Amino acid sequence: MSRIPLSALIGLVITGAFFFLALTAQWVAPYDMAAIMGGVWDPISSEHWLGTDAIGRDLLTRMIYGGQVTIFVATCSTILSFVLGSILGFTAATAGGWVDQVMSRLVDLVMAVPTLILALVILTAVSVSVPTLIIVMGLLDSTRVFRLSRAVAVDITVMDYVEAARLRGEGQRWVIFNEILPNALSPLVAELGLRFIFAVLFISTLSFLGLGVQPPLADWGGLVKENATGLVYGIPAALAPAICIAVLAISVNLVADWVLARTTSLKGGRGG
Amino acid sequence: MLDIRNLRIEATSYPPGEAPRHVVLVDDVSVAVAKGRVLGLIGESGAGKSTIGLASMAYGRGGVRLTGGEVWFNGRDIRQADAGALRKMRGHEVTYVAQSAAAAFNPAWRLMDQVIETSLLHGLMTRAEAEARAVALFRKLGLPDPENIGRRYPHQVSGGQLQRVMTAMALCPKPDLVVFDEPTTALDVTTQIDVLAAIKEAIRDTGVAALYITHDLAVVAQIADDILVLRGGRQVEYGTTDAIINHPSQAYTQALVSVRSIDHVEKVSSEPVLTVQNVTARYRGTGFDVLKNVTVDVAAGQTLAIVGESGSGKSTLARVITGLLPATAGRISFAGRVLSPDLAARTKDDLREVQMIYQMADTAMNPRQTVGTIIGRPLEFYFGFRGAEKRAKVQALLEEIEMGRGFIDRYPAELSGGQKQRVCIARALAAKPKLIICDEVTSALDPLVADGILKLLLELQVRENVAYLFITHDLATVKAIADKIAVMYRGQVVRYGSKTDVLTPPFDDYTDLLLSSVPEMRLGWLEAVIGSRKMESAGN
Amino acid sequence: MHPILKLVAQRLALGLLLLWAVSLLIFFGVEALPGDAAQAMLGQSATPVALANLREQMGLNDPLVGRYLHWLGGFLTGDLGKAMTNGQDIAKSIGQRLGNTMFLAFWAAIISVPLAITLGLLAARYNGRWPDRLISGVTLATISLPEFVAGYLVLYVLAVKLHLFPSMAMIFPGMGVFERLHAIILPVIVLVMVVLAHMMRMTRAAILNVMQSAYIETAELKGLGPLAVIWRHAFPNAIAPVVNVVMLNLAYLVVGVVVVEVVFVYPGMGQFLVDHVTKRDLPVVQACGMIFAAVYIVLNILADVISILANPRLRHPK
Repeated sequence: MSRIPLSALIGLVITGAFFFLALTAQWVAPYDMAAIMGGVWDPISSEHWLGTDAIGRDLLTRMIYGGQVTIFVATCSTILSFVLGSILGFTAATAGGWVDQVMSRLVDLVMAVPTLILALVILTAVSVSVPTLIIVMGLLDSTRVFRLSRAVAVDITVMDYVEAARLRGEGQRWVIFNEILPNALSPLVAELGLRFIFAVLFISTLSFLGLGVQPPLADWGGLVKENATGLVYGIPAALAPAICIAVLAISVNLVADWVLARTTSLKGGRGG
Repeated sequence: MLDIRNLRIEATSYPPGEAPRHVVLVDDVSVAVAKGRVLGLIGESGAGKSTIGLASMAYGRGGVRLTGGEVWFNGRDIRQADAGALRKMRGHEVTYVAQSAAAAFNPAWRLMDQVIETSLLHGLMTRAEAEARAVALFRKLGLPDPENIGRRYPHQVSGGQLQRVMTAMALCPKPDLVVFDEPTTALDVTTQIDVLAAIKEAIRDTGVAALYITHDLAVVAQIADDILVLRGGRQVEYGTTDAIINHPSQAYTQALVSVRSIDHVEKVSSEPVLTVQNVTARYRGTGFDVLKNVTVDVAAGQTLAIVGESGSGKSTLARVITGLLPATAGRISFAGRVLSPDLAARTKDDLREVQMIYQMADTAMNPRQTVGTIIGRPLEFYFGFRGAEKRAKVQALLEEIEMGRGFIDRYPAELSGGQKQRVCIARALAAKPKLIICDEVTSALDPLVADGILKLLLELQVRENVAYLFITHDLATVKAIADKIAVMYRGQVVRYGSKTDVLTPPFDDYTDLLLSSVPEMRLGWLEAVIGSRKMESAGN
Repeated sequence: MHPILKLVAQRLALGLLLLWAVSLLIFFGVEALPGDAAQAMLGQSATPVALANLREQMGLNDPLVGRYLHWLGGFLTGDLGKAMTNGQDIAKSIGQRLGNTMFLAFWAAIISVPLAITLGLLAARYNGRWPDRLISGVTLATISLPEFVAGYLVLYVLAVKLHLFPSMAMIFPGMGVFERLHAIILPVIVLVMVVLAHMMRMTRAAILNVMQSAYIETAELKGLGPLAVIWRHAFPNAIAPVVNVVMLNLAYLVVGVVVVEVVFVYPGMGQFLVDHVTKRDLPVVQACGMIFAAVYIVLNILADVISILANPRLRHPK
């Protein structure tokens, strides 16, 4: 293991802290998520470290639970988009022919429309809940994973060592799992971070528009929406969740940058 | 005129995610070029020859820095010169011809504008004078339609022609010195000597001095007055061309001179193991046959060399034999049975007995597998060896290819070019094949390393009684290894027979062109050959 | 016909085909989802009678293909149908708002494009040195900011704390141009922030790519000064990729505008769309969605066509 650069270390620590808080929200949060504790937008105090929100709930508690929702939805939709996108992408690349053509053109079509616009159209017609959000986001984002994994796999299938395996008489499974997958992994892992960031920003935006996670549950985007009116009166409550979104995104970005640099520098050397 | 003294060049590389690395590229090199003389810089890849060439223009690529010694040019030390002075010198007193003219020309400009750019920039001539001079140079360099070729864009002109235009561009501002950086390496053999002859004539007629950089000693012997032999950034030997070619004093130089002179006596013909009969093939979606009615056979334990230039169909023949590209007509028999044209329909034994070695060993090995896995897989796949038994067999194979047992746990990225190719040979041998198809296996390697690979292949042939189908564009390699030769041209076999028969006159026109194009390691060869050719190269 | 015209014509035809396919996606994609427009409007607790009535009223019982053709035909003739919620003519409501959105996007583009190209050039010129590091650091931060976060940060600092600009971008008919410009300063700043980072990053990459070409080395070895190298040799080849980058990012602006309008309560298409998504007014959402998608696709095709036209290999075929 080579030295971890400082920026990546900071990113790693902050990302880890956010995930830890998300996993332990029930125990870490000082108060009940829905309990009304004080006045509207009480200032910061020893009882309420971040003050209270638009209807008097403890903001820190709301933030911790909000992080849980944001990270949960983003993680689930990223996993969905990755599993779906990479399986279909590899299939298209190795099958070729009309299978590849049909899948690629469909993906082109979906990607021709901005993701947010398409999501808005879909969310008008279906009832909004956490599972539907995860599915809609995962499906829409899987198009990007499809493109990447297909491109990566196509690059690898033209390599002489894949041809050598085919000439040896190896089966399709062996070619995919032993020749293609180990070489496709690093670009995909780096992309994983970027897709997660995108999912965080996307769910936050949807919730901010009032079309994502529905009350009384709230993610960070929703918390911004709930407290946004206060801003005009100089009450910065809405900025706290807003900053959390940005900090999480930046931290994951720092880690992803490092992973990308590391995997490209390896060039297939020892895995350590 | 150019006097390099104790030159030292260093560079810092920044591998992503690692600490910066400091390397010395050139150390303690001293050399001089007098007015009107041609100095050849020769060495293998990594010898620092291009770096020295660029240093004579006080230019370093990327993080390359000149850190020691002096570079005197036209009476001043250009290491001390400021940026403005260097700019005045570059493109006027000293000019440059790059290896790949196709990349070195700006795609957005017409050739003429680029050729005369420096003459105008440095205020040497008026536009009309510069254009007239360019046209005269185009004519001297044997370019077709010299009046109008300047109006074309780079992509509208062939590679061989672009290289001549680049030479014209370098000569146009009447420089004192031209640096030629491997100007013919990217060209086909038959095109190479025409360009070489054109460059030589242009140098002679304009009286310019030149630095000619190449990895091919036979090429530099034709054009240089003096030669500097480099290895690993240090000078090995420096002398007149006659001295270096005919009386080399250093062991390394002697090896370079005697390279490609493996003495191979052809074997008496025996029973064929592979018979290709009237094979015709085309790629899907194209309208013409890449292979037309090809008939050849390979004798058991012997070598058939397939010779041709790019586009001759020689690699396609390999794809057809392996079943990657099913033939549209014809028959392929192997070891007494007919092979299915399609890969999917072949038996495991069919696959095992025909193995393949590729040109680029880099892409032929999975970078995520160790040498042990790579060589071990055929042992496991075809013979079911596992565990310690497999490991022992892999180690035995590693010794057979003259590499140590210790290499078994290394990754391809940790091997040198020659070692990689040896591992690929071992992988092919592991299947105990009757035939190995070698597709340009030595053309990406430095000459001495290539020689080692050829010698190994010859030894293995005797020991394992394996036949080779050896595909190459390089006739010197053919002479070293072949028992039979087939010359291919535009998808057809134009000459076929035993090595002696194919290489003995009378020749057909194409074989004559091809044979005469291989640079020979003797002085005066270029002039002799240009005078006696019957056919123009297609690449012109 | 010149081969390049043929290529351009092909690209345009492909664009039309894509637009048509997108109309299919937006119309039938929604139909394929569970529930329908009537269900969406009335919610899960609606009585079957009310549902049936609304379906009849909205024409949901007519054959699907017929409804699609009617919808598409209306689109082509400028008749976008009526909103379900208030029965107003959609085309009329959109008209004014589309103008407002264009006004906003126009000013954002006018400011961000030259700024991004200049900064991109600077970053490329000082590749790896402090101006480049500074620029890419700031870029990383802004890329990680969703539009609404950037919006509220700017709003809080510039409008609420410093009282420099109005916090809401109110705009109404009869306003003078300067009043309008004053009103939209904040949303324009946010939009510029949002597109600038991407545009600059991609411009930098495009220019660095050109600067690493062998012909740039040739130019340097010809003794050209740094400015001449950039102006004569890098610039002509960088136009195509940079224009491409600009177009792609203007397309990205289309999405950014939706969120920014909501933040600043700006009466544009984006806010209109989000409003009607909340009200589950499918005809309005489909119409707006189609328009946004069309703008996006047209900009993308434009980017393609420009890179075809700027490519010397295609302009001067063999």
